[in-house]
Amino acid sequence: MNTNYHIKSYCSIKNNQVSLNGSVVYKDEEESFSSFIKAAYKDQNTKYPKFFKMDKLSKLAFLAADVLLKNENLSSEEENNIAIVFSNKASSLDTDRKHQESIQNKESYFPSPAVFVYTLPNICIGEISIKYKLYSENSFFIFENFNATHLLTYSNSLLSSNKADQVLCGWVEFDGEDNYEAFLYLVSAEGTITNSKQDIIKLYNT
Amino acid sequence: MSKGVAITGMGIISAIGNNVAENYQSLIQGKKGISRVSKIKTNHVNDIMVGEIDFTNEALEQQLGLTSDNNYSRTALLGAIAAKQAIQDAGITDINAYKTGLISSTSVGGMDMTERYYYDYLEDKSTQKYIEGHHAGDSTQKIAEQLGIEKSLVTTISTACSSAANSIMLGARLIKSGQLDRVVVGGTDCLSKFTINGFKTLMILSDTYSTPFDENRKGLNLGEAAAFLVLESDKVVEAENKKVLAYVKGYGNANDAYHQTASSENGDGATLAMQKALDIASYNPEDIDYVNAHGTATGNNDLSEGRAIIRVFGENVPDFSSTKAYTGHTLAAAGAIEAVYSVLALQNNIIYPNLNFKTQMKEFNITPQLALKEKPLQTVMSNSFGFGGNCSTLIFSKEQ
Amino acid sequence: MDALKQELKENLIEQLNLEDMTIADIADDDMLFGDGLGLDSIDALELIVMLDKSYGIKLTDPKEGRSIFESINTMAAYITENRSK
Repeated sequence: MNTNYHIKSYCSIKNNQVSLNGSVVYKDEEESFSSFIKAAYKDQNTKYPKFFKMDKLSKLAFLAADVLLKNENLSSEEENNIAIVFSNKASSLDTDRKHQESIQNKESYFPSPAVFVYTLPNICIGEISIKYKLYSENSFFIFENFNATHLLTYSNSLLSSNKADQVLCGWVEFDGEDNYEAFLYLVSAEGTITNSKQDIIKLYNT
Repeated sequence: MSKGVAITGMGIISAIGNNVAENYQSLIQGKKGISRVSKIKTNHVNDIMVGEIDFTNEALEQQLGLTSDNNYSRTALLGAIAAKQAIQDAGITDINAYKTGLISSTSVGGMDMTERYYYDYLEDKSTQKYIEGHHAGDSTQKIAEQLGIEKSLVTTISTACSSAANSIMLGARLIKSGQLDRVVVGGTDCLSKFTINGFKTLMILSDTYSTPFDENRKGLNLGEAAAFLVLESDKVVEAENKKVLAYVKGYGNANDAYHQTASSENGDGATLAMQKALDIASYNPEDIDYVNAHGTATGNNDLSEGRAIIRVFGENVPDFSSTKAYTGHTLAAAGAIEAVYSVLALQNNIIYPNLNFKTQMKEFNITPQLALKEKPLQTVMSNSFGFGGNCSTLIFSKEQ
Repeated sequence: MDALKQELKENLIEQLNLEDMTIADIADDDMLFGDGLGLDSIDALELIVMLDKSYGIKLTDPKEGRSIFESINTMAAYITENRSK
């Protein structure tokens, strides 16, 4: 299996800060996550009204993906052959709790369809795919911690078997407003950073 | 021609049987497992029908020999039982004799316990043990413990209704690339108020027996189940002189990129997944003898999937049917239980009937197989399409 | 009926997360689905929940919603006829 691939670009969102390829592009330490992500959406010119219907995990994943992919000059008319491999620890727990609360009270329970559709971690992949017309392979893994080895193996496999031209890998975790982080990176034939376990972990930790 | 990956063992527990043999008997006798829900107290009891497993949690715990301080959710209980069956079926006595992994999948996880005890957690310390059991990886870890598999080769896939199919796909690739010698793959999900209420608010549950591919279909019946398969490399099959049940010959996954939960009108994601699976298998569409469809009986899926099948197979659509009228839609486990049914179909040269069908859908003129049919089968295609546009297709074959 | 229409517009904006939209942006006869406000199938289901929660009207067939939710006008008329809250 060919393993000579590179990380073309990476985006991280944590501690109310959005960074692209190592440089901070937006930050607002004071605000709650909800206010922060809305402000970041505006600041980064995301311009996608459906953003506001998404749950917090999807907003986090979508914004990180958008900041990264917008920078890649993708075709807006044709489909793009970019596979998506995401992972996290808490699955869709934040939204699961919201749904659970809406059905807890026996006297007045009104579950919301708009909330329920987000009680799965991979819906965020669907949202990104819809915007960027990505029909490629996609999956979502649950791990105790960030697992660079798994993402490395998977992306190398997809690229060396020509299943995709590029692979968007990542860790998108949301378990409460104080406990979130997104780290996405695009693996491709081009790029200056090697797609290796060491380099992935280094970027994840910065 | 690309080589298939050997399947050497299977285990399953569903509303139509507590093991492989029982499930098969029900399938050929047309015996469905759909009823009103009995183990969950829900206001919707008279508005829905489900594929519920008879055993109570206590009975399942007893089968596994668990002590009373266990914190297994029903998802974990079902998963452990099915996984152990699979290992036994594969004749494995020393799990660590070869590099073995576990890829499970779930959508409910420990939610069944959480919804029961959430408000008791602060008052009643004895219920707190279930907090740990909530998350999606917990049932996988418990299964790994039951089987004795090292934790480092264990993971969970959570992509809604295509999860278990994706587990099988990943497992096959890990074997092909030599990273594992064998792998236990599959999924498990139990019924819960969480899913019942969620699906109800999307208005896609039927209040009667579901009717896949029928013009007047009203929606799906939820189900609970667990199923696992053991995949082994050629090296292990030879060394241990294993009997191979069938092969994972092809697999494909694609995103529909259309909506969070609905499928595109012409089944783009489904079409791509089926085509990719054919490519991996180096098959042409006419090489497929039977399609076990996703066929949930929702207005949206059956139309979208039907169209996709026509796009892929053109004039020559093979025999196809959905077995969800037997078991209900078992969510994350669906891809695995239907994989078991696909293997049984190959072994017995049988095509299962698409139950409850009365009226042809007006949008196209393909009709599912309505009666049990004996026919020599070399290949079976199985579809599993999940929310989030995650579309997966597997192809099983008799020969490698 | 005007008060109800105001209320509906407020509810719509809040329930459906129509960020950046104000009551003034929604005309009484604007098409809610399709080209007008561009609401989708999940929004339609949310409106069905809203009919139950706020006005005590239970719709069992989602297809009924199509004519009821055409515009603020049709919604207000239907609710006035059928509300039990």
